[in-house]
Amino acid sequence: MDQLLDQFFNLGVMVKAFPLLVRGFGMTLLLCLTVIPLGFIGGLLVALARLSRFAMLRISIRVLTDIFRALPPLVLLILVYSGLPFAGVRLNPFEAVCIAFFLNTSAYYGEVLRAGIESIGFGQWEAARSTGLSASDTFVFVILPQALRNVLPDLVSNTVEVVKLTSIASVVSMTELLYSADMARSVTFNASPVVLAGLFYLVLLWPAVRLAARLEHRVGI
Amino acid sequence: MERFIDTFFKPSVIASTWPKILDGMLVTVELALAVVISGLAVGLLLALIRTAQIRLVNAVIIVLVDVLRAVPPLVMVLIVYFGLPNVGLTLPSFAVLWLVLAAVLAAFGEEIFWAGILSVRRGQWDAARSTGLTFIDTLAFVVLPQTIRMVLPPLVNRTIAISKNTALGTVIGVPELLNQATTAVSFISNATPLSLAAIGYLIIFLPVVLLGSWLERRFAFRKA
Repeated sequence: MDQLLDQFFNLGVMVKAFPLLVRGFGMTLLLCLTVIPLGFIGGLLVALARLSRFAMLRISIRVLTDIFRALPPLVLLILVYSGLPFAGVRLNPFEAVCIAFFLNTSAYYGEVLRAGIESIGFGQWEAARSTGLSASDTFVFVILPQALRNVLPDLVSNTVEVVKLTSIASVVSMTELLYSADMARSVTFNASPVVLAGLFYLVLLWPAVRLAARLEHRVGI
Repeated sequence: MERFIDTFFKPSVIASTWPKILDGMLVTVELALAVVISGLAVGLLLALIRTAQIRLVNAVIIVLVDVLRAVPPLVMVLIVYFGLPNVGLTLPSFAVLWLVLAAVLAAFGEEIFWAGILSVRRGQWDAARSTGLTFIDTLAFVVLPQTIRMVLPPLVNRTIAISKNTALGTVIGVPELLNQATTAVSFISNATPLSLAAIGYLIIFLPVVLLGSWLERRFAFRKA
């Protein structure tokens, strides 16, 4: 038992690693604040394209979303980060992460938002347009707010997934939370810094996870 | 165009690396199947235990599920893989990845199954019990069959998302698809193995993704 505590909850090691992890956590937050809005906007475009009148656009976006939903995000990231340099395109880790995660999260947000928009009856469009709203006003002020409310549980849990996804950036040596923790681990030969990183994620995401669970169950009934 | 083919689909590299890529695909499929079967079984079991409404047990399940949903799988993989050997328990990397991903899938599965069970109206329970069915019979023959329709689409999507994480095995040296590809890339300085790996993942997961969207359309949410 002592050995377990010493290896996984070593307070001395945790205290020493704490400042490093806080800096990494800042980078994780920065990543989230970049990747989540980008993915959301991408998802909105994907959803609109999937509902477009032009069959070609609809089909090609559909094929692309399916592909990006079938590829593991780590594969996308490594393709962008280690594959593109062979073609002469060299990106820094932050750019590579943003591009790879944009492709992945747009596909997922796109599916969620499309379901939301489809859940709004056509009568809402007709009613809004007949009051004199333009098509874009109708979408922004009438359709989208209702659509977002209808898929709120999925939006919340998808966003939790995106935050967790940023931990993968450590693989391309982005100095975010997990990377910093793993560095501390390899110096101290002790897993406590990584456990501490897990606690950081837990504190950040637990409220959202609880919220998602509550919302899901409410819709379930 | 020629440069593109030479970088991402070089014939000589394809010829020399495809056996490795195929080996990797096999490991990925084995790992994914192990994760899916054990994860979903444990998830369903936890949801069933939760129906018994034992306060303390339910609280433990809820906390455990929340933690597994909130902490990134890569964090757990690193804790288990690098932490356990120091307390005298060395697991092969394959087993570490399997255990972590199965636990994560069990947590998400439990939530989905539980939401499905909750969605069956109280009256169904009362009616079934009043005809003389036992609690277990009601659960197995009345409630669970009705939850399948609601549960299947989110369950399939979540299962895909989690089994794709088998690619994390690269980080701890599981000889799965992505790992085989990155190893080959470092030997021959050409991106072709990565493209092959991407194609391999598409072959494995694209059919399941399509199945997922088909199920979603098939069992579209009944408008209330």
